[in-house]
Amino acid sequence: MSIATSSRRYFHSHVWARITALLSLPLAWLGVLYIGSLAALFITSIWKIDTFTSKVVREFTLSNFIDVLTDKAYFNVTVRTVGVAVAVTIICAVIAIPMAFFIARVAKPQSRPVLIALVITPLWASYLVKIYAWRTMMAPDSGFLNWLVSPLGLSSPGFGMIAVIIGLSYLWLPYMVLPIYAGMEKLPDSIVDASADLGAKPGRTFLKVILPITWPAIIAGSLFTFSLSLGDYITVQILGGTFQMLGNVVYQNFALNLPFAAAVALIPVIVMMVYLASVRKSGALDNL
Amino acid sequence: MGSKSSVIISLRGLSKNFGSVRAVDGVDLDIYQGEFLTLLGPSGSGKTTVLRMIAGFEKPDAGSIELNGKEITHLPAYERDVNTVFQDYALFPHMDVISNIEYGLRVKAIAKDERRAQAMAALAQVRLDGYENRKPSQLSGGQRQRVALARALVNRPSVLLLDEPLGALDLKLREQMQIELKELQRQVGITFIFVTHDQEEALTMSDRVAVFDRGKIQQLDKPATIYENPANSFVAGFVGISNLITGAASLSLLGKGGTWLVRPEKIEIDSPATGGRRAQGQIREVEYLGPATRFLVDLDVGISLMALRQNTSESATSVAEMRNTKVTVSWDIESEYKVEK
Repeated sequence: MSIATSSRRYFHSHVWARITALLSLPLAWLGVLYIGSLAALFITSIWKIDTFTSKVVREFTLSNFIDVLTDKAYFNVTVRTVGVAVAVTIICAVIAIPMAFFIARVAKPQSRPVLIALVITPLWASYLVKIYAWRTMMAPDSGFLNWLVSPLGLSSPGFGMIAVIIGLSYLWLPYMVLPIYAGMEKLPDSIVDASADLGAKPGRTFLKVILPITWPAIIAGSLFTFSLSLGDYITVQILGGTFQMLGNVVYQNFALNLPFAAAVALIPVIVMMVYLASVRKSGALDNL
Repeated sequence: MGSKSSVIISLRGLSKNFGSVRAVDGVDLDIYQGEFLTLLGPSGSGKTTVLRMIAGFEKPDAGSIELNGKEITHLPAYERDVNTVFQDYALFPHMDVISNIEYGLRVKAIAKDERRAQAMAALAQVRLDGYENRKPSQLSGGQRQRVALARALVNRPSVLLLDEPLGALDLKLREQMQIELKELQRQVGITFIFVTHDQEEALTMSDRVAVFDRGKIQQLDKPATIYENPANSFVAGFVGISNLITGAASLSLLGKGGTWLVRPEKIEIDSPATGGRRAQGQIREVEYLGPATRFLVDLDVGISLMALRQNTSESATSVAEMRNTKVTVSWDIESEYKVEK
């Protein structure tokens, strides 16, 4: 009996051996790099710092959390960050839903791949290039946006929260369009026909049939836009002016006070967990 | 059907192209109030497209559709007084059974209590009492089928359109649903237009059958006439199994030219009776079907005929022994039907 035959027989009769062979690599990746880094983050956040040398002292303390929770400034940053993430998610959804609907159900089937390619084209360009492009467009006096709205007696919002929301919405839009497109494309024509057949006008069909059925896809898209916005700090640095989000606080602190930065970095993780739990409770993930 | 009463749907010169394919080619058809009409044909024959044009899901390229004497050719689907039962049922997956059934009534802004009462009655009519709070995903195929029926019928449409509604069900359930559908149609008295590719289904359920091929109606008549006296060789070949006797065989066997049809169940093997047509041959194949046996007989004149015989007392072994034996086949001259082309 050759080795190949004997190993084949072994795998055939040992289910757990097969599962181990299949999943050991992805599980190692998930365990070490993903869960491991989160654990490291958490452990670091309960260590002390030598204020003189900025070196981490491996002794237990809750002071980092107490600082984060009691200082009003960090609470305000958290609220601002969540607010920006919510705004970006809503803007992306409002743009992406009709866009995905058009591509999936109005455009001719043969032009769909082209339209989808157009949606994801911005992902081929570097993040930094796109954000610096927005910086020049957003510039208070000389920017393109200012030139565009000045005939209306308006001026560009300049750098700040509005610019950050616009920039992030631009960056993450494809992540909202793709899952919604997939959800709407999957929807059988007969379901839409059935709604019209029962007397519903197109608007009602959209609100009562298409939107509820694709809701899980919209939630899936919102998980991307919300979490990506929560953690961003580079766009905020480039477009935000003096505006700051949680990522910037982490960035400013991690060289000087790593345990404190770790405690701040746990905030978006917790916010994301709360969001996931509430989404799950709403049943939106049941049909994913 | 009986009552040649009023025409409820009238199709005139109805045509539809998909690209270069002429899916429906100048169909004229009058459908009467309260009848069960089946559009029968192979896939691609245009039967479903005709149904979808009546429903308003496809726009005809030419021709007109009238419903209750009013032209509806260019009305959108949501303004037509017809309802459809879809092949895949098309139930709304995010709504429970009762909300699915209430959907059409809700659109019409019927008050909640009234709506609920009508929906519950429709649910009872399809014998699904107690299932109102299930989701479609929790139902079997047959149950979904019934919910789809209730959802359409609760609106009391002038016409119910059924697009191969039994196609996804297994044989036993399908036969049961055929009977239920027919009973339901008698109860509610609504005109049913039923699309199927299953000729047996068409023959058992319909008042009239329209046989479609290549976008045209080949024959429109009662099931018995379609079966016994097919208008042309397509209908003869599509509806039931038929023996077509043509050319030289027709001249030598029947003493007349043209194409003639004899149904297998009309052909007897070694019948003691005299008279009618008689021919010698040898049994090539024997198929035991349970209630009947099918014989393929090679005639000495050079053609083969299919004969079907009811099994009264024969066992599978005794009929199997008849293979390769010499036999005489016979049939009445009245069983021969002239077939066009």
